[in-house]
Amino acid sequence: MIDHILSILIFFPALAAVLGFMIHKDSIRAYGVTVGIIEFALSLYLWFSFDSNVSGMQFMEHIPLVTSFGINYILGVDGISLFILVLAAFFTMIGIASLTDTKNVKNMIITLLFLQMTMMGVFSALDGIIFYVFWELSLVPMLYIIGAWGGPLRIYASVKFFLYTFAGSLVMLVGMLFMAYFYYQATGQWSFAILDWYRLILPENIQLWLFAAFFMGFAIKVPMFPFHTWLPYAHGQAPTIGSVILAAILLKMGTYAFIRFSLPMFPDASVYFMFPVAILAIIMIVYTAMIAYAQKDVKQVVAYSSVSHMGVIILGTFAMNVEGISGSIFLMIAHGVVSGALFLLVGVIYDRRHTKMMDQFGGLAHVMPRYATIFGLMMMASVGMPLTINFVGEFLSLLGFYQQSHILTLLAGIAIIVGAIYMLAAYKKMFFGEITHEENRNLPDVNKRELVALLPLAVITIWLGIYPKPILEPINNSVESIVQLMHDKSITEEAKTRIPNLVKSAEITNSSAEEAH
Amino acid sequence: MLEPINVSLESLNLMTLSPMLIPIIGALLILVVDMFKSGLDKTLYVVLSILFLIMDFGALTGSAGIFMQDGTVMGMFDMMLIDGLAILSQFIIVGASMLFIPLALTNKRFHEFSYPEFFALFLFMIAGFQFMVSTDNLILVFVGLETSSLALYTLIAMHNRTKSFEAAVKYFTMGALAAGFFSFGSMIFYALTGSIEISQIATVLAANQYVDIGYVLVAVTFLLASFGFKLSLVPFHTWAPDVYEGSSAAMAGYMSIVPKIAAFVVTMRLFEFLIHSGIVWLEMVLYIFVVLTMTMANIWALVQTDVKRMLAYSSVSHAGFVMAAILIGTTQSNSALFLYWILFSFTNLGSFSMLWMSRQKHLPEHQSSDHSYDKFAGMIKTAPVAASIMALFMLSLAGLPPFALFWGKLYMISSAVTGGYTVLALIMALNSAIAGYYYLKLIVYMFMKEPVTGNEGHIYVSNATLALKSIIGFAAIGTIFAFVALNPLLEFITSFVYNSGY
Repeated sequence: MIDHILSILIFFPALAAVLGFMIHKDSIRAYGVTVGIIEFALSLYLWFSFDSNVSGMQFMEHIPLVTSFGINYILGVDGISLFILVLAAFFTMIGIASLTDTKNVKNMIITLLFLQMTMMGVFSALDGIIFYVFWELSLVPMLYIIGAWGGPLRIYASVKFFLYTFAGSLVMLVGMLFMAYFYYQATGQWSFAILDWYRLILPENIQLWLFAAFFMGFAIKVPMFPFHTWLPYAHGQAPTIGSVILAAILLKMGTYAFIRFSLPMFPDASVYFMFPVAILAIIMIVYTAMIAYAQKDVKQVVAYSSVSHMGVIILGTFAMNVEGISGSIFLMIAHGVVSGALFLLVGVIYDRRHTKMMDQFGGLAHVMPRYATIFGLMMMASVGMPLTINFVGEFLSLLGFYQQSHILTLLAGIAIIVGAIYMLAAYKKMFFGEITHEENRNLPDVNKRELVALLPLAVITIWLGIYPKPILEPINNSVESIVQLMHDKSITEEAKTRIPNLVKSAEITNSSAEEAH
Repeated sequence: MLEPINVSLESLNLMTLSPMLIPIIGALLILVVDMFKSGLDKTLYVVLSILFLIMDFGALTGSAGIFMQDGTVMGMFDMMLIDGLAILSQFIIVGASMLFIPLALTNKRFHEFSYPEFFALFLFMIAGFQFMVSTDNLILVFVGLETSSLALYTLIAMHNRTKSFEAAVKYFTMGALAAGFFSFGSMIFYALTGSIEISQIATVLAANQYVDIGYVLVAVTFLLASFGFKLSLVPFHTWAPDVYEGSSAAMAGYMSIVPKIAAFVVTMRLFEFLIHSGIVWLEMVLYIFVVLTMTMANIWALVQTDVKRMLAYSSVSHAGFVMAAILIGTTQSNSALFLYWILFSFTNLGSFSMLWMSRQKHLPEHQSSDHSYDKFAGMIKTAPVAASIMALFMLSLAGLPPFALFWGKLYMISSAVTGGYTVLALIMALNSAIAGYYYLKLIVYMFMKEPVTGNEGHIYVSNATLALKSIIGFAAIGTIFAFVALNPLLEFITSFVYNSGY
């Protein structure tokens, strides 16, 4: 079973979703939760069977699909993708468990299970086309979730979300076809396998073009600064569960793909574009933080803060060293946990008051103390308080980028501190002061169903903030091998110096240790 | 005194004719049956047609076997040319026809299916298409083209609605113009080279190094216009939406597939040597046609309010997309054309059949046409299975993986990449994104809007019978599981295209 654990992880939810059509709509929630728990258990099983000392791919599966065109069904997991898989399983589980009363709940749960299949597929695919299949397929359930259960502008928001990402990924597809063609020219054989592509050393000008093509697909998904306009609409209109999955997992597809595709495949282009991308990331951090401060709707505040933190992830990724990339992967998980939790928390208050406007609240800390506590914790984590999960990731990301540019890192660091302002302001408006609206006086505090989702997230936030090692270590191992690969592959001087050579530095430490003896 | 003409029967190679003769015999037989006893039920004719199409398919399999062993076969004074292109396209023609003809078994009674002539004409039309693709001879192409087109005009008119008469007349007028262009173009080629066989024309033109380039260009212009009409390339596409709207949905779906593949094969034979002759003008004109057809048809499709017209523009756009294969002109792109068209025929026939299944004879008051977007609003609530299948076809047409048409698009764009047409590859990709919008529009109506009052689920399946449902189920399964059959299909197509020298 362990040999095919990834296929099981991908297709178990799909199978469950298909069979779910037969279940009566009153019982579907229990079914969804059960399937979610089984899937999460499977993902934990994957984690515990994972050998964290190995830096390469594990549990690989290989089935030929279109041999004459080099398309194979290849799966595999390493330290980079492992925790995102676990996170995806976890969020689908608690997402279904905490689902509040929705109309057509059966369609919703079946859609969520299909969405889970696509997420699992994206993070475990090791073939360009298989990756693309799941990447595109993930749009359909999300389109339906936003379009069918969303707010008044839901159709506009969902179509915008779909078309934006679809257009970007088609450009990426052309890039992939070029990549396969170059591989064909080099070896005489078509291949879309990512591990094959890693071995291909391309001239710099081709790298630049291909980097741009892949960038279109990934940057729209993240979303990076000029392409981010679909996200506020999607978040603003989506139901709580949609926002949670979107922020926690779907956006990570873009940043994950940067690490999986762009960096190891185009090391020289990545170095070439390091500063433009970093500047975009910093604009993204500062600009969205400023927009977030201007919002009246608490969900939009959370949405923009989520975009803002994605900027830090990009910054860490493009640091091109072990600290930066490990930090950005850790921050992906942290951001998933924290922003997912924040969207859940916004959903809690929305269910009670059916408004997300901050001026409708005030003094909530008196009536909902437990809610205020958890919200406060998550807000602190989002701001990047030490000893919370976000701090570890942000610190490492910035530390990594500090080696490339002091000034830009300083700017980003200041922007993050400034980012605390809008979160604290929002918290103040909602929770402190006198109760200004009579309706708020008798609001019930968080109930058991909501606690089921929120408590584990709170525990993770603190636990991984204090002791990040169990996650950081496997990530580090895989990242080291990728950084080394990038260093070995790079052809320009610039790239050779920007990307550290781990083997050499290891040798130096060894030899200096010997001298000391 | 003249020598007695002595032709040995073996040199005629009558085997090459057998796939075309089978539907002709079938058509005659249907007429004979009707002569002996009229007023027989349509099911008889449908089954007879299917039987003959199966035999036709069997004969084609035989030809394919011969081709794999001996390569290209000529016959009938070298009029017939059975190469890989001919066999592949005949497979598509006959296969799509087999999927189409059971659509006549509707729940409601329609005028045209009560005539046995409908089925006889249908089989004659197939024979015409088969002749058209399996010859190198421009005159035989012309004869095949006219046989099939005249039959097709009649089939459209037999639907017996005001709009279908209009459609038939419109199609006829345009078709006559195209036929005129075709014969004029062939005439110039004959005058230049003294031959009406494409391979001969190519040899002679290459031998004298295109000295009469001006005349060649005139001839090419006429032929391009003629096939532009048949393939509905922009700006010769204007008939397409009206004709699709006027004919029955099933017929419209059929028209978007079978006549076009026949025309594509002839175009491929004709332009293969012209593209590679290095005439820059021709390459530019084709490039412009391809880009215009893809882009403009997509933009027009965006603003349609009727699903059938949207699908009509969408198939114009798909034709432009596939026309790119002829522009690129490599073995990979020519194989991509066939792969694309096979996958397209599944998907498009499926989506038109869904319209056909929901055909109403009398329009309710709130509906302006039978296929308005409003009709499909909230379909997921009233007819969830039908809505899901329709959405599946739409997603496949939009090129969303892993559904059928994605693989066609993938291979086609890849052939543009390998052929050195980078910009074209990007244009093709971005056009798929534009097209995503109008396919999505139908999905939005079906899944995200509230149903119109007074609209119950049964109207979507009002025309359904077991036969229709099986065809749609077949198309849906083919659309979802295309990736399973992809590898053998691709190898088969590539070997056939490669061995015919394209």
